[in-house]
Amino acid sequence: MDRAGGRAALMPLAGLIVAAVLAPALAPERPTDQFADRSYAPPMRVHVHDAAGWRAPFVYPQVLDDRLMRRYHEDLSRPMTLTWLTNGRVVSIPADGGPLLMLGADSLGRDVLSRVLTGTGRSVGVAVFGALGALLIGAVVGGLAGGLGGRLDRWLMLVADFVLVLPGAYVVLALRGALPLVLAPGVVFGLLAALFAFSAWPHVARGVRAIVAAERGRDYAEAARASGAGLVRLLRGLLPAASGFLVVELLLLVPALLVAEATVSYLGLGFSEPAASWGTMLQDAANVSVLADAPWLLAPAAAIFLVVLVLHASSGARAEPAWLTGGSAVIR
Amino acid sequence: MSAGLGRFLIRRFVTAGIFVLVVSSSALVLARLAPGDAATDLLLSRANATTIAQTRARLQLDRPIVWQLGAWLNGLAHLDLGRSSLFDRPVADLLRERAARTATLAFAALAIATGLALPVGVLTGSRPRGAFARIVTPVSLALVACPPLLGALGLLWLALATRWLPAGPGSLAVPVLALALPIAAAIERLQSQATAEALAAPDLTAAAARGVPAARVLWIHAARQSLRPVLGIFGIVIGSLFSGSLAVEFVTSWPGLGRLTYEAIVGRDVFLVAGCALAGGVLIAFGNIVADVVRAIADPRVAETW
Repeated sequence: MDRAGGRAALMPLAGLIVAAVLAPALAPERPTDQFADRSYAPPMRVHVHDAAGWRAPFVYPQVLDDRLMRRYHEDLSRPMTLTWLTNGRVVSIPADGGPLLMLGADSLGRDVLSRVLTGTGRSVGVAVFGALGALLIGAVVGGLAGGLGGRLDRWLMLVADFVLVLPGAYVVLALRGALPLVLAPGVVFGLLAALFAFSAWPHVARGVRAIVAAERGRDYAEAARASGAGLVRLLRGLLPAASGFLVVELLLLVPALLVAEATVSYLGLGFSEPAASWGTMLQDAANVSVLADAPWLLAPAAAIFLVVLVLHASSGARAEPAWLTGGSAVIR
Repeated sequence: MSAGLGRFLIRRFVTAGIFVLVVSSSALVLARLAPGDAATDLLLSRANATTIAQTRARLQLDRPIVWQLGAWLNGLAHLDLGRSSLFDRPVADLLRERAARTATLAFAALAIATGLALPVGVLTGSRPRGAFARIVTPVSLALVACPPLLGALGLLWLALATRWLPAGPGSLAVPVLALALPIAAAIERLQSQATAEALAAPDLTAAAARGVPAARVLWIHAARQSLRPVLGIFGIVIGSLFSGSLAVEFVTSWPGLGRLTYEAIVGRDVFLVAGCALAGGVLIAFGNIVADVVRAIADPRVAETW
């Protein structure tokens, strides 16, 4: 991938990061607010047309019919026009209309949309930092192995192959499980990113090593060595050759690690309530007794799917699934 | 090839043995280093000191890590994997039950994925602009982005909402499809590209010019050549089946090795953690050897590097 192509390919990822930063500001409700009588409330439909004709987007407030059966109806007598940029919220409805639940509510009556939006930063953030960490470790290890060759090269690649063969989900599970099970959200964030970087670097290292080893034999590298360049200067000259590879790896690793975060949090070893990530939210969705009636609980799964699809397409690797080869050591 | 194959297999089995030993030993050490142990529950329930001491002695938790590792390796030499503190049963029995269930999932998924994807890939690769390819390709690209965790949740919803699939406990449809579909999509894409490339190569044009029937060119000549790149990813697929089955087993309440590993780690069951790592390591090492042998049969050049 050339430089311009690499920059273009990174645009969707850059967009995703910007979206993750901005998303919490778009949340119509506080993600931790539990609304009474809204357990598993369905998504509110936004209307633009009623008996009187066309009008600005509005919703009807929800009224609980039957708590046991979780049945709700729309109060057609009180249309509530969506208000924009008031009370510090981008979109909201007047307070007497109750919460604005555009993607429905979860078991505790919390707004699913707001929780997806505020969870974006955690899920995407861990994946991006984990991927960058893996690229860093992989570039250093691969650069050393390819640049020096010899016994060090063999040993480093032996370690890389060893980690590569392990199914990454288990590596992360074992390492995370061996640590205290309850940790503060900030600690979990750093820890997961570090674990992901640790389990995903070998694939990067292998690729970088192959590229650097091939470049080392080129004339410019020979000339640099002949003129007395040390290892660091040599690698500074050699590593740019791997930049296209690193861009593709980044675009494959972020979706792979996003899925890894979802898995770990889903198993209860990642972010825990109330600091929910997309994976944490999926715990609610896996409840067999409600899933059929509350498919909106799958919203975080849809978000993950979309991000994986877009990043995967932008990487240009069409055949091999990102979660399969990209973070090969993570979710293979 | 046979002499080479023998030597290759011996070398691979030796490395696999070392791999399995390293993985299970590190798992045991990791489980011991983790904060809390199997006697923590007793401590929390304010059992008296003697009971706690007895339990810790029985589980060898009062011994140094190195001693316990040595004892475990010694037991392993006699095919004794110790006793699970969580289930109060021999680890070997638990592993036999659970590993068989995970292997069932993995094999069924692999069989379905391969059986479905190879012929479909040949068809889409032979006519990339045909109506069939136009439908299959986007579906494949979408499924490729649908890892088993998401697939399992989506299929579970489909099964519950439409009853098209059985969703009861012990039913195979949801877990197997969730594992199989993304892998099938990946193999289909690879097979499709490989078939298209093989058909474009001059030797197949020559075969067609000699009057070899088109179907034979496609299904015999092109298929054989395209097998090589496709078989290359099977080693990766085996790892992905294991990782994927962890999530799938949780979503569908499938009592396999993945859930057992999780329970063992969270329950600080030292011998069970080591046993699970051992079983997983054996299955992965074995799967990788099989994948390499199959690849060598399809492509003799691989065998020459042994």
